[in-house]
Amino acid sequence: MRIPISWLSEYVDLAPGTTPDDIHAALVKVGFEEEGQHGFALSGPIVVGQVLEFTPEAQSNGKTINWCQVLVGENDVRGIVCGAHNFAVGDKVVVSLPGASLPGPFPIAARKTYGHVSDGMIASARELGLGDEHDGILRLASLGLDPIVGTDAIALLGLDDSAVEINVTPDRGYAFSLRGVAREYAHSTGVSYRDPALAVPVIARDAASPVFPVTVADQAPIRDRIGVTVFVTRVVRGVDPTRTTPPWMIARLSLAGIRSISLVVDITNYVMLELGQPIHGYDLDTLRGGIVVRRAGPGETIATLDGQTRKLNPEDLVIADDSGAIGIAGVMGGAATEIGAVTTAVLIEAANFDPVSIARSARRHKLPSEASRRFERGVDPTVAVAAADRVAQLLVDLAGGVVDALGSDHLSHSTPADIPLPHGFIAGLVGVDYTDSEIVDSLTEIGCSVSRTDAAFLVTPPSWRPDLTDKATLAEEVARIVGYDRIPSVLPTAPPGRGLTRSQRLRRTAAQQLAAGGSTEVLAYPFVSKQSNDRFGSAVADSTPALKLANPLDGELPWLRTTLIPGLIDVARRNLSRGLTDIALFEIGTVFLPVAGVAVGSVTLPVGNERPSAEQLADLQSAIPNQPRHIGGLFLGNTVLKQVGQPQISVAIGEALTAVQQLATALGVAIAVRQGKHRALHPGRTAELFVGGEPIGFAGELLPTIADDLDLPRVVAVWEIDLDALIARVPASATPTTIATQPAATQDLTLVVPLTTSAGEVLAAIRSGAGALLEQLRLVDDYRGEGVLAGAKSLTFALRFRAPDRTLTAAEATESKLAGAAEAEERFGATIRE
Amino acid sequence: MSESQQQPISQTAVDEAVATALAAVAAAPDVATFRTVRAEHLGETSVLATLNGALKSLPNDQKAAAGKLVGQAKARVSQAFVAREAELAVAEETQRLAAEAVDVTAVATRWTPGARHPLSLLMEHVSEIFVGMGWEVAEGPELENEWFNFDALNFDEDHPARALQDTFFVEPADSHLVLRTHTSPVQIRSLLERELPVYVIAPGKVYRTDELDPTHTPVFHQVEGIAVDKGLTMAHLRGTLEHFARLMFGEEAKIRLRPNYFPFTEPSAEMDVWQPNAKGGARWVEWGGCGMVNANVLRAAGINPEVYQGFAFGVGVERTLQFRNDLNDMRDMVEGDLRFSRQFGMVL
Repeated sequence: MRIPISWLSEYVDLAPGTTPDDIHAALVKVGFEEEGQHGFALSGPIVVGQVLEFTPEAQSNGKTINWCQVLVGENDVRGIVCGAHNFAVGDKVVVSLPGASLPGPFPIAARKTYGHVSDGMIASARELGLGDEHDGILRLASLGLDPIVGTDAIALLGLDDSAVEINVTPDRGYAFSLRGVAREYAHSTGVSYRDPALAVPVIARDAASPVFPVTVADQAPIRDRIGVTVFVTRVVRGVDPTRTTPPWMIARLSLAGIRSISLVVDITNYVMLELGQPIHGYDLDTLRGGIVVRRAGPGETIATLDGQTRKLNPEDLVIADDSGAIGIAGVMGGAATEIGAVTTAVLIEAANFDPVSIARSARRHKLPSEASRRFERGVDPTVAVAAADRVAQLLVDLAGGVVDALGSDHLSHSTPADIPLPHGFIAGLVGVDYTDSEIVDSLTEIGCSVSRTDAAFLVTPPSWRPDLTDKATLAEEVARIVGYDRIPSVLPTAPPGRGLTRSQRLRRTAAQQLAAGGSTEVLAYPFVSKQSNDRFGSAVADSTPALKLANPLDGELPWLRTTLIPGLIDVARRNLSRGLTDIALFEIGTVFLPVAGVAVGSVTLPVGNERPSAEQLADLQSAIPNQPRHIGGLFLGNTVLKQVGQPQISVAIGEALTAVQQLATALGVAIAVRQGKHRALHPGRTAELFVGGEPIGFAGELLPTIADDLDLPRVVAVWEIDLDALIARVPASATPTTIATQPAATQDLTLVVPLTTSAGEVLAAIRSGAGALLEQLRLVDDYRGEGVLAGAKSLTFALRFRAPDRTLTAAEATESKLAGAAEAEERFGATIRE
Repeated sequence: MSESQQQPISQTAVDEAVATALAAVAAAPDVATFRTVRAEHLGETSVLATLNGALKSLPNDQKAAAGKLVGQAKARVSQAFVAREAELAVAEETQRLAAEAVDVTAVATRWTPGARHPLSLLMEHVSEIFVGMGWEVAEGPELENEWFNFDALNFDEDHPARALQDTFFVEPADSHLVLRTHTSPVQIRSLLERELPVYVIAPGKVYRTDELDPTHTPVFHQVEGIAVDKGLTMAHLRGTLEHFARLMFGEEAKIRLRPNYFPFTEPSAEMDVWQPNAKGGARWVEWGGCGMVNANVLRAAGINPEVYQGFAFGVGVERTLQFRNDLNDMRDMVEGDLRFSRQFGMVL
């Protein structure tokens, strides 16, 4: 909401020298955040001039310009070049003289153009910041003005005013008006307040007054609320359609962010800003019969005044005459009855519509308007009559109209119910011991009436505060009016907590470990393409169903990720594009994994203000798809950079597996590695990861064709693990054994096995065969070639044996080693190579 | 008979042998030469060994004196050799150390630095502050049922506040599944699942349909807190926020509350924090929203609002990092540029 300051000052006394900042500060105190300041951003000399003569001059560029002689003061005639043609000799215009500045900023100076020195500029309405009109210059006669030449045009046109813009929270509909904001300003500063609704001359009506027929026939109220509770009409005839909007009104509307359209429309908008009551004006001569307020019929359509034909929904509340719908109530009027250039008889509508009905219609037709914004938040039902009368008054004063006796007052709104406010309640909620008079005075000040019983105050909220519904809302009003700075600071004592959960601690450990190991944590967006999800599946599945956003920001990326890899690739590509070539990344993040064939979502929701049953809660929970936390990483470029005495080491699958093992070690869980397959990974460089025999993730190098497709280097190592599943498998505590201190015996073992047998399998066989004496087993070499049969490889292992209770003999160690070798022979036909 | 046997054991002969040996050992420049010299002057064929061998052929009355003479000579020479050996060992080690010297400013490292994301670090820091007060850290799903994100938080389905949240919906649009627009659904989950009293903090990722620009991102982070207990008031809210602010921004930090509106709190407030250590001078900064938990929210969790009261608050993590660390562009926190996170390393 933008508040022109001159307008505000009509209802509250602003101390001399009050700045826009002061006004902001006052309004912030009562809950209206500062959004900005607006002015016309111009400076003089900008004066009234009169065109004495002009000569059209054709130019080589095809344009014709006018070389004008303009009187701008006593004996002060300026030669000015003007490109517009909508004026005549004798017209009074607005001239920006050298030294002036127009919004832009656009400084004015005497300058050479089209063969003349142009000593200023004749301004259009748009150049002055007065709306969008730029079909030529502003002729002051078009505003009904005939000022003396040389008059300061800035003051004349109200361009010296400015506005403060505030954010109005959704509960404060009444503050979408000067009336409401001025009241709040008075609350904040203590100055007195003049309610503009009370200043409107009342158009007297009595039983004998002719009635404009209005029927309320809401056949399908939404949520049991009749769509309209107030519908006031007034008629003004004899409106002069040639009258123009006075500049002060254009300036105020413009500062408030509303474009001037025509005098009648401008008046309806002006009154809406002033009193908060949306007004609709009809050309009475185009109406057929009386008005019916009803829901739209099946298949009914309406041509709205934006030129569109809209299909109505049976929930839409419409204003209809004998011809059918002539407006979507509170949202937009119809074209058929629009105020036009020949309108002389105006039917004024000031109504109060159900907020829910209006909100739904505005959303359904994607027509958020100044009117719907106010109705959604609640309009004071008691201001409608004053607003209609105010429009009539302005049509008389500014448009030459005459108030007609015809009209109607449908007033069926309810009065606000009393709210009991128990004594002591506010102190118990806010923590301030307000005195009774502070409570009563605050509530009275905002318009409540307050009475007192032994147990409580009984508070009747004012008609413009539908948000005051219970004792807590009253507590806020008292706290707000007295000032939030009165609230003391008391640190509460929570009961002893249990600290971080195990999962929270382990996730931190994991992240710290990976960062210490050289990877940088990223937080990628989870929005991906279908191709990305299809390509990378999820940590333990090649392909998995995914969820799509109904309203994605980027139409290319409407899917929720099932895997972290696309996000990591995205970040890697961004870094590469910025010249960073050695990249190690990791992310811990949510992936979204619906289960194939299992529907997600809820058809209906329980009500919001009571605890759902256990069954309902279970349904709500099961409607949400599985969304585990994954952890994954990416490496490309070099992992060790070339340095003095140190050749570079390029990234390969080893970096991914190292990260996996760092993670495993940090969390105290064993991750087993097996040769594997993944559709997006190098067929010979893919590892499947297991914990306790269950798949938990993968590591490998991207398929070079995919890397190429993504403009990445040929070798990109990636890994991903279901972190929640991994953490669930971390042993509850380590199970250490007493460390044996007897001497160890070390031996080597070289086995020849088929090429297809993985080292991991051989290690497992040896370990199993060698038994308890084998303390440590490591693969130290893999030899293929001369001396080893084709199709086979020679693996060398280092073994360390130890007995817990005695010094082991060489013979015992050898026996254990041979038992290991025998197991490998049994499983893979391994032979000992001497 | 060897030639040496003929050599008489005289003072002169002994002195000469000693002098020759001492000169030789002193002249030995390195361990290799030293070993040769030692064999020559202390070995079996050395002059002193020969003289020593000659002792047995002396008449008995001369044996004692000659023996003493030779013995003392041998001891003197041996001592000199031991001393020289140590000297040479030290010299040699010194030389080796000198040869092994490296330019420590050019030593290769086999590790590249990684980093945590500062937003993660900040959320952990906030969590620690509250865990230190006995609070617990609660979590919930990012893809939420609308009931938890809106209905239970007193957002009526037709209330404009609901439309103002710029919500991402999942297809089909009537599935009532949304990417949570705030971490508040975790609060309602905490109230539903935990025993009273509840004091929890909920850090996490949230979503709004805002295009990425220097001050907005569609995916961002919040930390929200909720306390529900008997007798909690806005004074406790302020006390908690002030404690939080002091641990975040220094002892002189303080909190200013301004009226505001949120569906899930009543009274509601906007909170500003006095940031004493801000670059460019201490200042008030808009920090977040807070208030007393709306009675309808308590009812949604089955809690009797006549018995229990609570307060809640929330701050944006990006925004907090922005003013805490004087960052201008939100996009730096989103893009994953390695250079950005490495400025923080593993601490804030």
